[in-house]
Amino acid sequence: MVSKSKKSDYKVIGTRPIRHDGYDKVTGRAQYGADIKLPGMIYGAVLRSPHAHAKIKKIDISVAEKMKGVFAVMTAKDLPRLSDKQRGNSEESGSEKHLSENVMAMDKVLYKGHVVAAISAKDVNTAREAVKKIVVDYEVLKPVINVDQAMKKGAPILHEDFVGDHLGKKVKNTNVATFNKYTTGNTDEGFRKAHLIIEKEVELQTVHQGYIEPHNGTAIWDEDDRVKIWTSTQGSFANRDSVSKVLNLDVSRVKVTPLEIGGGFGGKIPVYLEPIAAVLSKKSRRPVQLVMSRTDVFDASGPAPGGKVIVKIGVDKDGKMLAGYADIRLEAGGYPEAFIEAAAKCVFSCYDIPAMEIEAYDVLVNKPSSAPYRAPGSPQVAFATETVVDEICRKLNMDLIDFRLLNVAEKGTRTALGPKYRKIGLKQVLEAAKKSDHWQSNLEKNPKSGKLRGRGIASGYWFNIGEKSAVNLSLNMDGTVILTEGSTDIGGSRASIAMQAAEVLGVKAESVRPSVVDTDSIGHTDVTGGSRTTYATGYAAYKAAHMLIDEITNKAAKIWDLSEDEIIYSDGVISSKTDSELRMTLREFADKNPFGPVVSSASVDLEEAAGGFGTHIVDLEIDPETGKTDVIRYTVLQDVGKAIHPAYVEGQLQGGATQGIGWALNEEYFMSDQGTMLNSSYLDYRMPIALDLPMIETILVEVPSEDHPFGVRGVGETPICPPVPAISNAVNDAIGSRILSTPIKASKILNKLKSM
Amino acid sequence: MIKVFLPYKTRKIFNLPVEVDAEGNNLRNLIEFLDKKYPGLKQELVDEDKLIPTISAVIDGRTTKLGLIQKLDNVSEIHFLPSIAGG
Repeated sequence: MVSKSKKSDYKVIGTRPIRHDGYDKVTGRAQYGADIKLPGMIYGAVLRSPHAHAKIKKIDISVAEKMKGVFAVMTAKDLPRLSDKQRGNSEESGSEKHLSENVMAMDKVLYKGHVVAAISAKDVNTAREAVKKIVVDYEVLKPVINVDQAMKKGAPILHEDFVGDHLGKKVKNTNVATFNKYTTGNTDEGFRKAHLIIEKEVELQTVHQGYIEPHNGTAIWDEDDRVKIWTSTQGSFANRDSVSKVLNLDVSRVKVTPLEIGGGFGGKIPVYLEPIAAVLSKKSRRPVQLVMSRTDVFDASGPAPGGKVIVKIGVDKDGKMLAGYADIRLEAGGYPEAFIEAAAKCVFSCYDIPAMEIEAYDVLVNKPSSAPYRAPGSPQVAFATETVVDEICRKLNMDLIDFRLLNVAEKGTRTALGPKYRKIGLKQVLEAAKKSDHWQSNLEKNPKSGKLRGRGIASGYWFNIGEKSAVNLSLNMDGTVILTEGSTDIGGSRASIAMQAAEVLGVKAESVRPSVVDTDSIGHTDVTGGSRTTYATGYAAYKAAHMLIDEITNKAAKIWDLSEDEIIYSDGVISSKTDSELRMTLREFADKNPFGPVVSSASVDLEEAAGGFGTHIVDLEIDPETGKTDVIRYTVLQDVGKAIHPAYVEGQLQGGATQGIGWALNEEYFMSDQGTMLNSSYLDYRMPIALDLPMIETILVEVPSEDHPFGVRGVGETPICPPVPAISNAVNDAIGSRILSTPIKASKILNKLKSM
Repeated sequence: MIKVFLPYKTRKIFNLPVEVDAEGNNLRNLIEFLDKKYPGLKQELVDEDKLIPTISAVIDGRTTKLGLIQKLDNVSEIHFLPSIAGG
């Protein structure tokens, strides 16, 4: 791995300390959701629909509820009926009604695996057996499982009572939840003047985030109507909000304790089991725990949308882009939200194009309701755009990086949605890519093995949301600092947040001990998502650390009977400006301070920061006998703003690339015509493992963000955007023909080779 | 005058060009100005005296967190955009 970090005066930032939670994680002591055991706890199981699309005519629970060991049976009748009121404006989108119905179906099931009832019992096996005794009378309906089927005239309609929004028109009896359009400049004129126009359509299958830990939820509904939840979530406050909405309780009656999280990638923002556990607890008067199986996770938690994307770009004879057009159709699953706005924002994000037109469709299909997955919507559209860019370069015989540099988006470039970019670093990334060892190396295209080799390159973008975060600091008597925060730590954010406080305080990273606490113990903190945590919660830690220094200097002044402006705090040492004898370390101060606890508390509500851009280079090798593709070299370059903990930044880049490689080559929801996923286990849903991949090289390009005191940019999502087109372009380089549907699996390559 | 860029569907409903001029010392007054000029436009942006949850106002490249009370000193352009969820 190569790091191109610039030297700076930072003492903590840019170093690689052992993560604070590392020992608990590697020794197995860290507590995850299913590890929680409460006195008197019983277990729940849910009944899931075997049909992708059906009306629920009747549910008979009479046999199940009489079974020995069963405490309670629950159906959607136990949940309040909610309105169409829209929720929030960031991570928690969609209507309250749909939120509730996705937890448990009311009148209709919209995907195979949709929950229709639940049971609590003395143990898991009893609960599972009892669930089998629930009898549901379904009227089975024809499912629609892709955008073409769903948008076809006369298609079965998922929501008869739903009104779609098509450019402001209210439309009934439609599976298109939203049709939106974005325009800037005059695309007709741009295409008319173009010397070359390239248009490509790509198709993507549904894929899953593939987090290791399945969803879980443990709840107690107290006698005073207070609900306590223990769960694996990317946002305890978002979880609290969702649970309180589904149960129609004030948020103050719900307390969520986030446990350690075994991956999320966006998929652990929605709630699934927690409200069910709460209702079962109320009915059973016991704590109740539910845990999904892997098949449940695939069948019924939110995957990334599949769909179709068309991109057309016109360029002049020198390769300057004149106009771009995109048609984006993404699968929302059973309820609206296919991230089409994000997709529209990202589709031309890497380029300075004077005229753009984007049409985007949020399409309901009989699959599990989509959830965010690392840069939701961006990988899908990057596949189309970067394919077109690659094709233009080949037609014009232009260098793949020089073409991108000619059209690169920079500060001041107007984006497709309208606002202009602030300071961004794609140009620097492309320049670093051009100089990189990987790009400069020669790829032997025809090795003696007879395999076919190709090289591909692609760029991608994800923005960096801000939102709300809070941090509390407390000075211990030994001079160390306790930091409490509300951000779930998925990728080492405890360390990256503590390091920012440590940098301000002038102490070692190890001297700041971070803890992620429950919703009663910290100010509102939004989800760990949108690449926001190190940026926003880190900013709160930065502010809290400065406030702690103010507290320290205030109390030190009292100890020495000086005024506050006579006190200097530097690198963990407190001294007097006027008397060189007056000097004490933070530890000495903490030990002798008689003026009460030294604490601080800070919060932020940040706007979106300028986002991150990445460019990936891949070399791959295809066996013409079997069609198998091996990635033989892979380099990720990304503008990371300022890498607080470079090892974790590199880990994010490698992880994102790995998931993208899986998306490109192997992964798909393999669906039957009846809407059943046929490969809902890790045996059949083939994610890349370490043996499948080379060491992924990383080059960190640091163009500091203007929106953060240390220049932090979100880094977690951008790296999943370029892999699909980079690999697709490399396959084209290797075999001389494009495969424009994911996954680019062996059978498709063999068929393509046979047809050539 | 401030250049205002409205969502495509709002432009379509009111038959407006890509950008329109408006004025106001804060976002509330700017929207009132637009509503006087294009009656009914306010309801596309505001509900219960707040920006509609699914709408963001981006003021010279920065999304306001203050909503209708956002002051508009030396502002050159405002984009009203659909809010975007992330992962």
